[in-house]
Amino acid sequence: MKINHIYKTIYLLVVFIAFYSCKDNDAKQTTTSVQTTQEAVSDSQKGQAFIEDDSSTPNVLQIAMGSPDHTTLVAAVQAAGLENSLVNAGPLMVFAPTNEAFAALPPGTVEDLLKPENKQKLAAILKHHVTAGNYDKDFLKKFKKLGQADDTNVMVEVKGEDVFIGGAKIVASIKAGNGIVHVVDKVILPE
Amino acid sequence: MKNIKFQLLTLIGAIMLLTSCGDNNGKNASSGALRSSAAEKVYVAPGELDEFYAFMSGGYSGNITVYGLPSGRMFKEIPVFSQFPTSGYGYSEETKPMLETSHGFVPWDDSHHPDISQTKGVLDGRWIFINGNNTPRIARISLTTFETEEIIEVPNSAGNHSSSFITENTEYVVAGTRFSVPVPQRDMPISEYKSNFKGALSFISVDPEHGHMDIKFQLLMPGFNYDLSHPGRDKSHGWFFFTTYNTEEANSLLEVNASQNDKDFIAAVNWKKIEEYVNNGGGTKMPANYAHNVYDEATHTATSTIRKEVLTVDPLKVPGAVYFLPTPKSPHGCDVDPTGQYIIGNGKLSADLTVHSFDKMIAAIEGKKFDGEAYGIPILKFEDVLAGTVKSGGLGPLHTEFDGKGNAYTTFFISSEVVKWKLGTWEVIDRKPTYYSVGHLMIPGGNSRKPFGKYVVAMNKITKDRYLPTGPEMEHSAQLYDITGEKMELLYDFPTHGEPHYAAGIPASILAPKSKKIYRLDENKHPYAVTSPDQARVERKGNEVHIYMSTIRSHFTPDNIEGVKVGDKVYFHITNHEQDFDVPHGFAMLGQNTSELLVMPGQTKTSIWEPKQVGVWPFYCTDFCSALHQEMQGYVRVSPANSNIELSWSLGD
Repeated sequence: MKINHIYKTIYLLVVFIAFYSCKDNDAKQTTTSVQTTQEAVSDSQKGQAFIEDDSSTPNVLQIAMGSPDHTTLVAAVQAAGLENSLVNAGPLMVFAPTNEAFAALPPGTVEDLLKPENKQKLAAILKHHVTAGNYDKDFLKKFKKLGQADDTNVMVEVKGEDVFIGGAKIVASIKAGNGIVHVVDKVILPE
Repeated sequence: MKNIKFQLLTLIGAIMLLTSCGDNNGKNASSGALRSSAAEKVYVAPGELDEFYAFMSGGYSGNITVYGLPSGRMFKEIPVFSQFPTSGYGYSEETKPMLETSHGFVPWDDSHHPDISQTKGVLDGRWIFINGNNTPRIARISLTTFETEEIIEVPNSAGNHSSSFITENTEYVVAGTRFSVPVPQRDMPISEYKSNFKGALSFISVDPEHGHMDIKFQLLMPGFNYDLSHPGRDKSHGWFFFTTYNTEEANSLLEVNASQNDKDFIAAVNWKKIEEYVNNGGGTKMPANYAHNVYDEATHTATSTIRKEVLTVDPLKVPGAVYFLPTPKSPHGCDVDPTGQYIIGNGKLSADLTVHSFDKMIAAIEGKKFDGEAYGIPILKFEDVLAGTVKSGGLGPLHTEFDGKGNAYTTFFISSEVVKWKLGTWEVIDRKPTYYSVGHLMIPGGNSRKPFGKYVVAMNKITKDRYLPTGPEMEHSAQLYDITGEKMELLYDFPTHGEPHYAAGIPASILAPKSKKIYRLDENKHPYAVTSPDQARVERKGNEVHIYMSTIRSHFTPDNIEGVKVGDKVYFHITNHEQDFDVPHGFAMLGQNTSELLVMPGQTKTSIWEPKQVGVWPFYCTDFCSALHQEMQGYVRVSPANSNIELSWSLGD
């Protein structure tokens, strides 16, 4: 059904552009547009993130998508176009700030980041929450720092039984098919 | 189905344009749409031939598979490190020695990085080399017969991964160790790894006429992991570059302990300097134990020799021969552009690519601008050698190839994409998704002075939904992109065999004309060959029975044999008397504890059988050779061990 819908969209776009081309009288240009449009539509809905598979252990993206406490994070991942990276073989360790953590940011921050022109900035912040690795909370106590996917480091601090990553406390952990999700109580901003 | 639907939509789009617009514009539009038809670009009509050969490593299959580009059709699997029942490689008496090692017969390996021989930095198409990763070996395959001709074991190496890359005149095939080990091997605690283990980088000379390999010297480097390598070319010819990781020298849980340093190194080795040192008597001969296996095309037979000594070189003894270039984040691929100027470190735990400049490296060396040393080897200052950084926005860069037009193409494993960027400005020009989790990529000639920048093939690690499902295990997927335009265009998607870790491509026009069609029977020097059917016979030597047998469409000579006894060792020496292209004959014996054989025209191969049961047992030709193939059969009568039936053989009596 979903795929049919995509085809219909492509078809409509092609028709629309065909009409548009008559005004423009530049058919060459139009042909390029047709191609680009097709590709854009298909690429954005293609990739590992869109495979139907209900027998494997959920991956980190599916875990986030299934959590009512992470709707802001999921919206941000989608806005940044990072779905396919999060379903990769990894292993990936995602520090997932809750909706509450996002809400604690200065007013307007999230809305601002979700704007299309801030896609790169948003992607960088989200990558700052991802490590190539798969370590449970206890094992993380062995580290002093972690190298994040945005090429910067975050500090690991242990206070009693609690583990803080870049100042954010791990409040829960869920094992995923391609890594692990640690729920954290703060958004970790790169320094 | 999907593709067809898309084409249909494009077609509808084109028709819409034609009908909705004036004639002039419509004409342009339709030709534009057709010009970009991916189907047309990969379609090689029946009877037509592909433009390129692609040789893909088989990974855990141990072999090489040969494909055509752009069609993605698989032509052949060449057995290299693995026994291969399809041809009898590693099963026939003649080819068993190919798989001998200092550890005995090893019937398998993990084949990784094929590289085609070069002259003056340009593909010459004589041989292709490939490394066995597990039990360190380098193989040389003839590109006229497409057969493995030589395998040399690499001592003091373990996880032969930064291999088998060749210098630009095929002076050397280079094999670096991934795992450092005690050199020489000895019984010692693993925890004493640090500063005691060594990493051997082996320079194996290649005889320019016959291609025969010989370990010229082994450079014994600090105990890091040497991941991948590539030769300098053109201006940097004479140097070799190796990425390293685990410069921490951890021996356990490397995924944590080998990622502590922000930077590892690219090791730059001036092999010409070391060659000179060695030619002047430098280096230390060390006792070693490694096999050297050579296949002789005239006798159709391989021999295995154990070598007992290797020449080692301490890098500190050759001042100015080795330097370290700091490179961020456990770099994986180490690639050199066609001009030899840029050395690219693909930092697999990074988002960025680090590009070093050869000129700046030389200047820094001459200016002695060092940033300390590691085990006495000077470390150059990162800023002094850095040419630029590619801020890709992708995740997990692994490998880079070049199109010869000033562009580079890098795979990103985690973000599943190929990124095209410009050498010198480091700007990203285009990015296209792969399906999924791409490892290596290949442009024919893409690691030589002269790439053929028409296609790039991306080799993926994960397939998932790309093909009809075949249970939990699926063949890996490859994608073909047209790279002739500013933007890459995904053309085609095809399955590959085993796990291709790398590939090498070459224009068909270089290889196809010299591909061998038959082996000449009058040049067959096999000691058990019969060059005419009247020489066919059976001889007994104790409990060994040697059957000198010939084949022609459609019978074996002889085809009835009596006088064989339980407990005998029966050797079928089969010479194929066909002198006609693509007419092999096969051979298989009921109950034989080995595989069938496929014997090429003019060739002799030997199959062994140790009959355990009394009876009359058939053999037959396994290759559908002719209209009378089903008639191509014979019988061996097996009598009890104490029987006194005389040997006899016949055909048509």
